[in-house]
Amino acid sequence: MSTETVLAPGSGGGGEPLRVFIKRHLREYGMLLSLIAIMIFFQFMTNGTLLKPLNLTNLILQNSYIIIMALGMLLVIVAGHIDLSVGSVVGFIGALAAVMMVQFKIHYIPTTIICLAVGGLIGAAQGYWVAFFKIPSFIVTLAGMLVFKGLSLALLAGQSVGPFPPEFQKLSSGFIPDIFGGMALDGSTTVHVTSVLLGIAVPLILIGLNYRNRLNRQKHGVEEEPLLFFVAKNAVIALVVMYLGFLLASYKGLPNVLIVMATLIMLYTFVTMRTTIGRRIYAIGGNEKAAKLSGINTERVTFYTFINMGVLAALAGLIFAARLNTATPKAGVSFELDVIAACFIGGASASGGVGRVTGAVIGAFIMGVMNNGMSIIGVGIDWQQVIKGLVLLAAVFLDVYYKNKA
Amino acid sequence: MTAILEMRGITKTFPGVNALENVNLRVESGEIHALVGENGAGKSTLMKVLSGVYPHGSYSGEIWFQGEERRFTGIADSEKAGIVIIHQELALVPLLSIAENIFLGNEQAKYGVIDWSAVTLRTRDLLRMVGLSESPATLITDIGVGKQQLVEIAKALSKEVKLLILDEPTASLNESDSDALLNLLLEFKKRGISSILISHKLNEISKVADSITVLRDGCTVETLDCRSEPVSEDRIIRGMVGRPLADRYPKRDPKIGEMLFEVKDWNVHHQIHADRLQIKNVSMNVRRGEIVGIAGLMGAGRTEFAMSVFGRSYGRRITGKAFLNGKEIDVSTIRRAVDSGLAYVTEDRKHYGLVLNDTIMHNISLANLGGISRGTVLDDMEELSVANTYRRRLNIRSSSVLQQVVNLSGGNQQKVVLSKWLFSKPEVLILDEPTRGIDVGAKYEIYTIINQLADEGKGVIMISSEMPELLGVCDRIYVMNEGCFVAELPAADASQEKIMRAIMRGREAPADEQAPREKIA
Repeated sequence: MSTETVLAPGSGGGGEPLRVFIKRHLREYGMLLSLIAIMIFFQFMTNGTLLKPLNLTNLILQNSYIIIMALGMLLVIVAGHIDLSVGSVVGFIGALAAVMMVQFKIHYIPTTIICLAVGGLIGAAQGYWVAFFKIPSFIVTLAGMLVFKGLSLALLAGQSVGPFPPEFQKLSSGFIPDIFGGMALDGSTTVHVTSVLLGIAVPLILIGLNYRNRLNRQKHGVEEEPLLFFVAKNAVIALVVMYLGFLLASYKGLPNVLIVMATLIMLYTFVTMRTTIGRRIYAIGGNEKAAKLSGINTERVTFYTFINMGVLAALAGLIFAARLNTATPKAGVSFELDVIAACFIGGASASGGVGRVTGAVIGAFIMGVMNNGMSIIGVGIDWQQVIKGLVLLAAVFLDVYYKNKA
Repeated sequence: MTAILEMRGITKTFPGVNALENVNLRVESGEIHALVGENGAGKSTLMKVLSGVYPHGSYSGEIWFQGEERRFTGIADSEKAGIVIIHQELALVPLLSIAENIFLGNEQAKYGVIDWSAVTLRTRDLLRMVGLSESPATLITDIGVGKQQLVEIAKALSKEVKLLILDEPTASLNESDSDALLNLLLEFKKRGISSILISHKLNEISKVADSITVLRDGCTVETLDCRSEPVSEDRIIRGMVGRPLADRYPKRDPKIGEMLFEVKDWNVHHQIHADRLQIKNVSMNVRRGEIVGIAGLMGAGRTEFAMSVFGRSYGRRITGKAFLNGKEIDVSTIRRAVDSGLAYVTEDRKHYGLVLNDTIMHNISLANLGGISRGTVLDDMEELSVANTYRRRLNIRSSSVLQQVVNLSGGNQQKVVLSKWLFSKPEVLILDEPTRGIDVGAKYEIYTIINQLADEGKGVIMISSEMPELLGVCDRIYVMNEGCFVAELPAADASQEKIMRAIMRGREAPADEQAPREKIA
């Protein structure tokens, strides 16, 4: 029985009324709206502390490693798997980096390269069993979680190792250099000019790309986003990005890690939406047998998603270690839960085939803003956990609810 | 005659669609009532209304069952009244036994403790009634689809069924299993159990049905009485499509060219039991512009043969050679088989053919992502125009190529799978049951596409369990039985009898694996 709603024919001439369009796409933007609502709520509850330049910088530093891992986890989840070991890998790589740099005095550049390679190897070692021997990823990575937790304990001999060379700490605590020099705004505050310029340029470039894309789609008669909506959406996003950029610039500028993170987010958005490997991962998660019979080497693609996860977990491990300026046996404990929660809050499906990079990033920020906001207003760590758990359940429930209703 | 069931003026709407409009259905006590109509005509929706899947209040109209008006709130409610529906996709738990499945949800238990001897005894009785000689302890996964269907019926009987609804019960059965099932329905009729039979196989309907209700576009078209005089298949088709379908198979002038694809001495061992030889020394060929059929019963090894040729996607220890245009080709992986010019359209499109929750567009491009990308970067506008081309060419009925395939009817889903493989630009297409579970009108369209492919000079290999279809479409037919090709018939000389005879003869003397193939010229 054909019960599907009939899409408006893409005539390119505006198509359907704005109201209908917004209603139909509410789910798509629902998570973004929730994030904004949560931010407004905490901005109000914390008397404006949330969006103070210092706190905003902290918010980014605190969540960067979760977001970076969420990018890899999203691919793993879309492919129909899960990786429980990432928290332990963060700890292990941090320990490895500490031992190499602090105890063996190896320069930070070769250390970084080796650590990323080791992360890839860890991903390969786990992906091998999942992809080629069809052992459930839950079990393989549960084993990995124990193994790497144990190995980081062994590496550190149960002790904390630090501090790291200052250049390495810059990975987390550094800010991009201001090539134009600071500019005094009103005597007391100076503004980081490079950051301001970047904060203006990036959204303008994105608008340009979006507009070109829209023209292209119109030419092929598939544009269905009303012009008003397009303008409003781009304007709001650009203004928000510029405002946040300005806030950051009035503290110390854009953190290095923000640049790394933003680059990776754009890269992975591109990979998932526009490349053959991305398409193959979605197909495998959607129906592995059909993907295989379409000539896709499903084993190899699955294997690659785990290698990718390993490398990103290693990068997160380095950033986290640099942030703490020490490697401890406790580093990374239960990170995997935050990462997985970010993906599911962002709309990924546990059965695979569905999920977006932007969704996972928004999911991670929802968790991050709540952590940060609740800490500022003094909610205890105990109740924070309870509330975060309920938010995860509520987000997934809403997703399922709207899917059934559609 | 009294009516056991009367559905009066049933109207059911989904947002934007009138699925059923003022439908009337009257089933007499103790009759077999066939319900026919094209896919999307509303048969399944009507049965969901009847069985309470769509509870009272979500539709308008009345349901009278055994003389009183019923307002079912759910499946459990309608089952209590004695209405049991058996779905096309069986609802059995593979790793539980026959007995456990029959009494699932209806356990023979006291205070929650199952009385196993009662279960076994009752299961034996039920299995005897449906003519199935298996132990109650046998696991469902160990018996074939035909027997599983019988278990479903036994399960229905265990619930004191008064009206049995079968949705496409023979869609995945071979001829002898289908016959057994239909005879069982006749047996039930004698005992006063009425049935509603939904089927696309019109020959079966004319064999057993007492009356036929035809649905079209959500309305009752007519109810035909078969008791007074037999109703011809053409008559039924006319009711279903609203016009006489002059010919069920499109005409075609075969222009058969040089040798295109050959398989020689193909041997395949069983996927799991690697020491069991499943395909035995098969050789075959297809010429340019030729449509070659492979006939055989369920389990003859046709799908296994086709999949083993298509990049070893089935089987182990495969030996043999494949040639395209006289040159040996490498078909050792699916990618290589595709690159060599093969395409295989699966018999099970939902599980092996489509990514159901993805769009038509993404499904069409899946087997040839290279064709819509530069390097590894996809060109979405190119992809869109490719998808639109095939949507037009194969007449895929949908709102746009961005629609999810899960929402399409069976025939349109099949066209998406075909589009996917056409876009991979093959030389040879292997079509495995290309018209399974799709309606008469869509079948005609699929045959037309197949003919076009042959006219373009491609070679088509078509596997089908429907012999009239093979006879109507193919130029040459191989007959397969128990892993061997036992006969090769030019379509002009072939008939259902000749094919059946070849199969049966193969059955009697299977000892010699290298039996010379019979040529009937």
